[in-house]
Amino acid sequence: MDVFAKVKALIVDQLSADEAKVAMEVSFEELDADSLDIVELVMAIEEEFNLEISDEEVENIKTVGDVVRYIENHA
Amino acid sequence: MKLHGVGILGVGSALPANIVTNSDLEKTMDTSDEWIRTRTGICERRIAEAGVNTSDLAVEAAQLAMADAGVEVEEIDLIIVATVTPDVNMPSTACYVQAKLGAVNATAFDINAACTGFIYAMSVGSQFIKTGAYRHVLIIGAEVLSRVVDWSDRSTAILFGDGAGAALLGRAAEGEGILNCKLGSDGNLAHLLYIPAGGVKIPACKETVEERQHFIKMSGNEIFKFAVRAMGEVAAEALKEIGLDKEDMDFLIPHQANHRIIEAARKRFGLPEDRVIVNINRYGNMSAASIPVALDEAIRSGRVKRGDLLVLVGFGAGLTWGAAVVRL
Ligand SMILES: CC(C)(COP(=O)(O)OP(=O)(O)OC[C@H]1O[C@@H](n2cnc3c(N)ncnc32)[C@H](O)[C@@H]1OP(=O)(O)O)[C@@H](O)C(=O)NCCC(=O)NCCS
Repeated sequence: MDVFAKVKALIVDQLSADEAKVAMEVSFEELDADSLDIVELVMAIEEEFNLEISDEEVENIKTVGDVVRYIENHA
Repeated sequence: MKLHGVGILGVGSALPANIVTNSDLEKTMDTSDEWIRTRTGICERRIAEAGVNTSDLAVEAAQLAMADAGVEVEEIDLIIVATVTPDVNMPSTACYVQAKLGAVNATAFDINAACTGFIYAMSVGSQFIKTGAYRHVLIIGAEVLSRVVDWSDRSTAILFGDGAGAALLGRAAEGEGILNCKLGSDGNLAHLLYIPAGGVKIPACKETVEERQHFIKMSGNEIFKFAVRAMGEVAAEALKEIGLDKEDMDFLIPHQANHRIIEAARKRFGLPEDRVIVNINRYGNMSAASIPVALDEAIRSGRVKRGDLLVLVGFGAGLTWGAAVVRL
């Protein structure tokens, strides 16, 4: 499975988001996620991809694409 | 040496009468009831009136626990107070509690393990009963956090409240009472939640007061992640060490820091909602007092009954974490 597909599965699971709405350019705000939803999503991503995302880095994560690019650059 | 079983003979709690709702806070800071509820699950908290100190709340909770157990004050051998908000830095709050109770035969000391304090006190207190050194140990989690939160910092001020909870520990039959305690600490993460000044490192002075260095500083999101992970892990370990698992447990009584933390941990742990005790909506985070107050309420309301298997689990500044498995 590619990174996007895995991230999408985590987002659908964590945020109870509609699968059809999850696309690279979509922001978490548009997915109705608040800051703590994002923290929980980050935890799931850290565990799935075995990496650590610091608080400062989380601040820069606004869209699904930001997450996918972060993982591609760090995993 | 013969080891004795250790049980919870009685419980009690004390909460200041003064209720401060989220809407009350809206009047003094830039926040909203909606934000606080959705991010934390807190609706209101109790705030101690001026002149009411940690030892006063502790004494009230302790007296109820003694009455519940039917144990006289002269029979108390040891008093342990878990707190991060002692009446004064020296001596211990437990000594003030001893004096106010008139517990003339008791030894008294404090434990500082922040929100895990009650679990630490339970573990430490149990050892004396197990070995036969003492018969009756009062463990108390008591806090007046409203005097160490920065009321100009909305990200922490909304979270905390004041209160106290106590349990009276004594001998129990084998296979009953406190079956296992599991504790942990990681001092490398001390900086995530602490009060910078007022100790010997940065003694109190005019500047520290002006710079608001005597109040709680917290990295909220880091603590959130730690708490969600630590809670399920230590609860599962405490059960596993004695050959039990979550299916054997009737209720989880978690530290009440944030309902979102409790929910995230519950889902990871795979527990139904009705097996987790929650009262954060009414009290906020009372640090060491949260778990014993939740325990006392759950017993008093009849939700938790004698014979039930409980897991008490906490996490907090230190960082510290811990769980206790109790057959009530
Ligand atoms: C404190 C906590 C609720 C903060 O959650 P969060 O939503 O991630 O908070 P953030 O600090 O990222 O702030 C998000 C936004 O809400 C704002 N905010 C913070 N507190 C607010 C409040 N009381 N009212 C309204 N808005 C608030 C912030 O300013 C920020 O706004 P911005 O994005 O425009 O800058 C959360 O991190 C938490 O509960 N952590 C665990 C703390 C804990 O339990 N400690 C004790 C352990 S024993």
